[in-house]
Amino acid sequence: MTAPVGLPDDAAASVAAVRERFPSGVVRSHVVNHQTVLQVTPGEAHAILAFLQQQPAHRFDYLTDLTCVEYRDAERQFEVVYQLRSLARRVDLRVKIGLDSDGPLEVRTVTDLWMGAEWLEREAWDMFGVVFAGHGDLRRILMWETYSEGHPLRKSFPLRGHWSRAEQTRQALNANPEAHYSMEELSISEAYRELPKDMQERLAESGRGSLP
Amino acid sequence: MGLIVPAGSGDHADPTYESVSPNWVTTRLDFLANWSRANSLWSMPFGTACCAIEFMATAASRYDISRFGMERMSFSPRQADLLICAGRLPFKLAPVIRRIWDQMPQPKWSISMGACASSGGIFDTYSMVQGIDTIIPVDVYVPGCPPRPEGLLYAIMLLQKKIRGESLADPTLRVEHMVGPDGLFRRPEEIDEVSEPFGNSVHQTRSA
Repeated sequence: MTAPVGLPDDAAASVAAVRERFPSGVVRSHVVNHQTVLQVTPGEAHAILAFLQQQPAHRFDYLTDLTCVEYRDAERQFEVVYQLRSLARRVDLRVKIGLDSDGPLEVRTVTDLWMGAEWLEREAWDMFGVVFAGHGDLRRILMWETYSEGHPLRKSFPLRGHWSRAEQTRQALNANPEAHYSMEELSISEAYRELPKDMQERLAESGRGSLP
Repeated sequence: MGLIVPAGSGDHADPTYESVSPNWVTTRLDFLANWSRANSLWSMPFGTACCAIEFMATAASRYDISRFGMERMSFSPRQADLLICAGRLPFKLAPVIRRIWDQMPQPKWSISMGACASSGGIFDTYSMVQGIDTIIPVDVYVPGCPPRPEGLLYAIMLLQKKIRGESLADPTLRVEHMVGPDGLFRRPEEIDEVSEPFGNSVHQTRSA
């Protein structure tokens, strides 16, 4: 399968464009197992991701996954990984931000670029404790909201948790299982204006709930 | 049959219960009540993992759980007699299964199906309950990973045997075991003891 006419059909072109546009933002780039990996600095990461998403020539419109990796490596302790895909060009690109676990584990959110990053960033925060600055609703997503033991996928986290089993059981039984979803989360009212016209009419007629 | 007595009320004896001692009438009544209870167990399926697949196979036509009076799965805890926890229980689901158990009316029983529900199984980790008997009382444990349908059927037959041996004269059978004021169902030292690593997980280190 090849890309549509007029668009570059491999990730190398996008990497070259990023290197030209952000000379100080790229740490290194390489290809591993047919996967192009672009290592960028935390400071310019958001600008590079926005460039990759918005430029018509690159058009990485789909965020496949967003996650974290913690290494046992003094030089490269922490990485936030963005797996991007251009649906039009059929090209994948992996962007990595290296972080120092001694410093603040904080990167800028990409929910303004890909709405789908919202739950992925919540998961990365829940499991690794990386703060995504600007994320509107950075809560736990896998563990319950009152979970008090920290971020389970960190290397410093003991396999069986910090507390005794009795204390874990006590805290779990005290959790309110109905407190996990807010009404805003369950409502589609915010997305109403972005829906297609016929769907808007159908929702407006049905008389369910209030529309903005 | 209304024989719900708060624990420890034996000292200041209630005359209605004191007069009930096993005799010909009560044992015949026991037989009738136990026969009907044992053969019409409506189960609440609490399937969380691969054990639930075996549970579905048990309910399907080849193994046919309805031969034991369980053809109606009760998806409402209010109409269930038997809670079958099929699969591992994460701590996040602990308050959920506890609430379902509290919503079930007496008489009620429970089966812990599979290694994970009974002991935590291979999941000796931060997120997993090490045996649902730290959350709710359990009548029958089914070993296996997952147990074959025959295993679950055998557990049901064992439970029916247990039910047939119950007596209306024994008020302790129908006592609700609630979560105590300390927020726990069992004493903390008991929970720590049954949650101790065993088997292969002994060799896992606690830190990393």
